Amino acid sequence: MRWNSVGWLFLAPTLLILFVFGVVPFLYVLVIGFTQWNSFAANPDMQFAGVENFRRLVFDDQFLYSLWLTLKFAFFAVVSEIVLGYFLAQLFMRDFPGKGLFRTIHTLPLVIAPIAVGATWRLLTVPGLGPLPYYLNRWFGYEFNISRYIDQAFFTTVVMDVWHWTPLVTLTLLAALSSLPKEPFEQAQIDGANRFQIFWHITLPLLKPAILATVFIRMMDALRTVDEVWMLTGGGPGAATRYIGLHIWRVVFPKTDYGYGSAMSLITLYLTIVMCWMLYAGLVARRDLKRAD
Amino acid sequence: MRHFRKKASGSLMAIVFWTLASLITLLPIYWMFAVSAKSRVQLFGSPSFVISSFFTENYTITLSDPAFQRYMINSIVIATSNALLVTALALLATYALSRYKLPGKENLFFWTITNRMAPPAVFLLPLFLLYTQVFVVADVRLFDTRIGLILLYCVFNLPFAIWTLRGVIDGIPKELDEAAFVDGANTWQVLTQVILPLAKPGLAVTGILTWVFAWNEYLFAATLTSVHARTITTGLAEFVTVTGTNWGRMAATAMLTLVPALLVLGLAQRHIVAGLTFGAVKE
Repeated sequence: MRWNSVGWLFLAPTLLILFVFGVVPFLYVLVIGFTQWNSFAANPDMQFAGVENFRRLVFDDQFLYSLWLTLKFAFFAVVSEIVLGYFLAQLFMRDFPGKGLFRTIHTLPLVIAPIAVGATWRLLTVPGLGPLPYYLNRWFGYEFNISRYIDQAFFTTVVMDVWHWTPLVTLTLLAALSSLPKEPFEQAQIDGANRFQIFWHITLPLLKPAILATVFIRMMDALRTVDEVWMLTGGGPGAATRYIGLHIWRVVFPKTDYGYGSAMSLITLYLTIVMCWMLYAGLVARRDLKRAD
Repeated sequence: MRHFRKKASGSLMAIVFWTLASLITLLPIYWMFAVSAKSRVQLFGSPSFVISSFFTENYTITLSDPAFQRYMINSIVIATSNALLVTALALLATYALSRYKLPGKENLFFWTITNRMAPPAVFLLPLFLLYTQVFVVADVRLFDTRIGLILLYCVFNLPFAIWTLRGVIDGIPKELDEAAFVDGANTWQVLTQVILPLAKPGLAVTGILTWVFAWNEYLFAATLTSVHARTITTGLAEFVTVTGTNWGRMAATAMLTLVPALLVLGLAQRHIVAGLTFGAVKE
């Protein structure tokens, strides 16, 4: 080991950038969250307001609704992606001609800009242009209009997210499946276990760390989804797809309610951390319980 | 023979299944392409996936639009500068984390990733205020500048790069550095002549994925720029918010936004998943 000062020197530019553009904004939002500051208000100057913003948040129906929607969206999207991704990963476990090509196609949505994903789905679903409303109506007599029906708008955002991110789950679980030891499966077959028993008692426990890690990563991303939904529905109809990121943007920019928006940002950040921590704790605790048996 | 036949029918089923799955993946993108290749008149009426004659005007008008050209150049400059800066700084940082005995370095390593996990919407307002009002030196603001976005994108790309490069640098035997030091090389020479050549493949992948993340970013680009530094993603979003419903041109712009993604798919396909899971998953 050589001079530490050289080591710190190498780290300095990275730490400086992360501090100025990561930590400073965080500290700033922390300060603004405790003030009353709205450039359209009677008194447009920043003034200390204590916890008033946070008190307001607890009774803010719009905020709570947006939070509930975000959780609902993340739940439906992540659960569908995990189930579908696991199924697809299993199908990729065997060899067949053209596997490489199919895998490449499957990976494609992962590298597309979220805003372009939103554009794609808008072109698919916009009434009068998109094939989805047209054929659903023509073949099934189903009226599909995401700018009118709130449930359709909500589930279209979920389907879009599933289309965009299931490949990540597939490939993560595929990597995990490929690295599982062979012996437990062979032993179980000798003992006469059926497919479901093998899945439930062997595959699932062995795969649990990988599944939870994937849920963790997908959950964080789903909770902060903005771009695709903004492009697809703009948060509408009404507030039906106004997820928390879109809601914060609305409070902060068009309404210029800086103090209140900052408090909202802080709560959102806090809830995200708590949720991730719970997920992580759940993962560790379960494993410890198993070991204690 | 029976075993062989069973295997063959299994393969056939797999091919049929994956062909359908691939159709689901590709159809939305193909539809976008079809819209971009049709005139307003051709788009009128029932949606047809057939492109009878390629209507090039959506592309020629888009490509010759000065605003679009500016967005495109901005995106290329910002993504490329960010990728180079991030790769260089991350190489230095990971080398320090890997080879030096720095107190608290593992905590520091984990702390970096929190910058990437935080919801971006939380940082919109403070960054907007900092860029317009606080980081001001004699009339020069970071707001609506390329350098502003280049530096900001480091906040989420640096942690990613450090996390992916950590394994690469740790994988280079320390004995190689030691041998070079014994031969009288200084730290800089070790870094550029021993580490750099060996880490090149890892650096390339990190750089390519960083480039894509910067290219794809929308929320900050939309909030922290107004005219001069607008990127291609914000240009695409403007079709919904400002220009209204010129679907053909919106589709053409989106197709052009997609081009780098397709290149990356060819260049770094095997590493995309490692990149998106902070290096937690390796294939």
